[in-house]
Amino acid sequence: MAHIEHNMSLTGEAPKRLSLIQKVATGLGWTGIFFLFLSILNVPLPGYFLWLSLGLIAAGVVIFANDQYRGKPAGIKNDGVWFKNMTSRGVFAWGTGILLTLFYIVLYWYPQYLGYNPDGENTGIVALFDPLSNFISGNDASQWFVYGTLYTLAILAFGYKFLLKYRHNKYEKIRTFSVMFFQLGFAFLIPEILIRLNQPYYNPNVVWPLNYDLFAGYKLNEFFSAGTVGMIMLGFGLASIFLITPILTYFYGKRWYCSWVCGCGGLAETAGDPYRHLSDKSRKSWMLERWLIHTILVLVVIMTTAVVYSFLNENPGKYWLTKDAFLIGVAGFLTLLFAGIMIFKRKELAKDAKYGAVGYFVIILAIIALYYSTGYSYGHLLREWYGFFIGAAFSGVIGVGFYPIFGNRVWCRFGCPMAAVLGMQQRLFSRFRITTNGGQCISCGNCSTYCEMGIDVRSYAQKGENIVRSSCVGCGICSAVCPRGVLKLENGPREGRINGDAVLLGNDVDLLDLIQQQKKATRKL
Amino acid sequence: MQEHVVIIGNGIAGITAARHIRRISEKKITVISSENKYFFSRTALMYFYMGHMKWEHLEPYEDWFWEKNRIDLKLAYVEKIDPEAKTLFLAGNEKLPYDQLIIATGSIPRKLGWEGQDLQGVQGLVSKQDLELLEKNTKNCRHATIVGGGLIGVELAEMLHTRNIPVTMLIREDSFWRNVLPQKDSEFVARHISSHGIGLRNMTELESISGKNKVTSVTTKKGDQIETDLVGLTVGVQPNIAFLKGSGIETDVGILVDPYLKTNIESIYSIGDCAQQREPKPGRRPIEAVWYTARMMGETVAQTICGNPFKYNPGNWFNSAKFFEIEYQTYGNVSATPPENEQQLHWEHRDGKKAVTLAFEKGSGRFLGINSFGIRMKHEVFDRWLTEQRPIEHVLKHLEEANFDPEFFKRHHKEILHSFKDDLMNPSKPKPQI
Repeated sequence: MAHIEHNMSLTGEAPKRLSLIQKVATGLGWTGIFFLFLSILNVPLPGYFLWLSLGLIAAGVVIFANDQYRGKPAGIKNDGVWFKNMTSRGVFAWGTGILLTLFYIVLYWYPQYLGYNPDGENTGIVALFDPLSNFISGNDASQWFVYGTLYTLAILAFGYKFLLKYRHNKYEKIRTFSVMFFQLGFAFLIPEILIRLNQPYYNPNVVWPLNYDLFAGYKLNEFFSAGTVGMIMLGFGLASIFLITPILTYFYGKRWYCSWVCGCGGLAETAGDPYRHLSDKSRKSWMLERWLIHTILVLVVIMTTAVVYSFLNENPGKYWLTKDAFLIGVAGFLTLLFAGIMIFKRKELAKDAKYGAVGYFVIILAIIALYYSTGYSYGHLLREWYGFFIGAAFSGVIGVGFYPIFGNRVWCRFGCPMAAVLGMQQRLFSRFRITTNGGQCISCGNCSTYCEMGIDVRSYAQKGENIVRSSCVGCGICSAVCPRGVLKLENGPREGRINGDAVLLGNDVDLLDLIQQQKKATRKL
Repeated sequence: MQEHVVIIGNGIAGITAARHIRRISEKKITVISSENKYFFSRTALMYFYMGHMKWEHLEPYEDWFWEKNRIDLKLAYVEKIDPEAKTLFLAGNEKLPYDQLIIATGSIPRKLGWEGQDLQGVQGLVSKQDLELLEKNTKNCRHATIVGGGLIGVELAEMLHTRNIPVTMLIREDSFWRNVLPQKDSEFVARHISSHGIGLRNMTELESISGKNKVTSVTTKKGDQIETDLVGLTVGVQPNIAFLKGSGIETDVGILVDPYLKTNIESIYSIGDCAQQREPKPGRRPIEAVWYTARMMGETVAQTICGNPFKYNPGNWFNSAKFFEIEYQTYGNVSATPPENEQQLHWEHRDGKKAVTLAFEKGSGRFLGINSFGIRMKHEVFDRWLTEQRPIEHVLKHLEEANFDPEFFKRHHKEILHSFKDDLMNPSKPKPQI
């Protein structure tokens, strides 16, 4: 017998030990990070230290993953998740969370400490990345290039780990290959190569309103001055949100984006996977989520309208679209959307959702009216504020920095306006649902525990109801961890997709009919 | 004044009854448990021990749910029932009057009177307290012996395996869970369990348990002695009804109930593991200690209590389990030892992780049931085929419709069909060794 375990799991205190190989691997990874830290301190390091650091980090993750999963039977690997310090909000988790948070603060607001120097030679870690940046885009690195490289590395290395962990599950494998591909190709390489080709920086992965800057004045100027290519970019940006998104979401649910394409989702599903069970499942946090995410969507709409209005205001007569026509167009579009939902989907909205929708609709129209009447929209100021509070503080600092504390999808669940758009489409206009398998649920709660979006999946499964929730990103883990084969992600006819009157199969059929009638009669909606 | 319904036991049976009564009535509802104030999923106890979940995740409803639905929860132990006075006597000299009573006290581990069965380190695994005891008993545990090759036994083996405790399982039959699974299925599962290093000793029964205060070894009926620090007794469960002695409620192994789940006493019902049907449905056992049947009894008794008397008439049999990585689902009946008129077809995937066994009636070809391992099957589809008494040909032809595996998973229905065709054409042809 190898060794004796003394887990005091009832108190949840005793850490589950890492194997020797896992400790060495962790050491390798941190050594890589340590070298990067040295470079921040301007310790003169030869150029190959870039590759050494990145290599050590990747090697650490790969060796750790191999030791953890290879040679062991493929299957669900959640043993000791709540015993391990790192995955149960232990001191290492807090330490990592604080380090990440500090890194984000420096990255967003003090890039000079990373050595970024827009007016001359870079120093520090940014200088260390200069050769790579020069190789790809022909320019010196910025703090964002450093961040993008590390981000991509994280998705690739932890993607490998995730692939090993779920190697028995083809849905998870294909999905993970997809996020790795889109991050490396679309989010990392294409924008840099565009720069090399003297084209505007454009990351086709990030759709407005997640990419809140897409219609900012400086971007529009870039697009318009880049001729056909710029027009294609602008056109693709518009098509992404108004055409591609509704069509794909109709057929496949928001998962096509959130857990297959999106970079934020990609990081959450790979590097963030060990923290998915930390999401808050309470009804309270669900309430908070619904208000917060839709508020941010409203903010981004107001801000973007203001920004475009400012742009048109500053360039009068330059474009066929006048600033007033633009405002009327936006107001008309939103009115149509609002009226359509209120007329056709009224019954599918909860009471507070209706109140919220009416309230926000009035607020947006009032603000648009204000722009119209005063002729001024404070676009630059609003963009600055939005960028500071939502774009940086929320999505970066809280969203990723707090992975080990609040779970891996805090931003996607509470903040991302793109997720709000996709969520509305998914809830009201999609073929996607998670179906439950007759009466087989045993209420064990694995699904709810491992739902990164904090959806109480079990509360539906144990009633035999389909799960149709705005926030579901379709990661498929609930289905994977279910020990009794109850959950399945499916696209299918919209008829009967939301079945709040479902009953659990197995009992006397007449009794089930009666229960169904009783359920219908008492259902509050 | 609303009628007061008291439910003893807050497992899935009692809680289902309470929820359904609340949906259709305004009765006052009190649920008593001495195990845990809030309902938790017993089936998830293992995941708590293995560190997959925290205790809060085992409770399917948040605490506000009970208050909102006016279901009073009471942490108390019922010592005695006085049906004449319609009163419960609780530990600590408390009395609780009721108008209608539902007894849903579930099971306790079965002990067969072995020598040493009450030593320290000998335990079953049913309750939260059993789990807490297991936590204590597995400290410094160098070896564990599990008596009984069934579902709780293999769960316990998996739990101990995550703590690196070597496990030996003593199995009375010639293979794992052989009283339920046909031989090939049983051997298939046994191979998988063994591959995790669990020692399976077939045709081996426990003779006695030895030790001073704490267990140090067990002796089998064959005379082998096994040094061990923990003995898991998982030879099945028995109704938890000792407290009913002298109450006048008629019992046998369990609490005897009529088709309406009523005991011999007016206004007292019993559901779940502790209930024993006086007239079980043909083909069903009088006591079925299964999550699903407990839930269905809860659904049924709620109607009866609320004035829509319903007989307990469960539909087609189904069940599920998981053996380490291999999920198991069953619909209908696949006999462990097929009688003369039942034929079975068995397919195994070469990876040793998937298998399907179908049973049908000889002659008529009527489909009887399926055991599926490692392939998820739709309950709704098999339930329909069983109810419609479809022939085996129909099931084979439409097997793909019943698949419930996640998207992109490899489908095996064609391979299964070919394998079965082969079997039916050449029943005597020896199959290649897997």
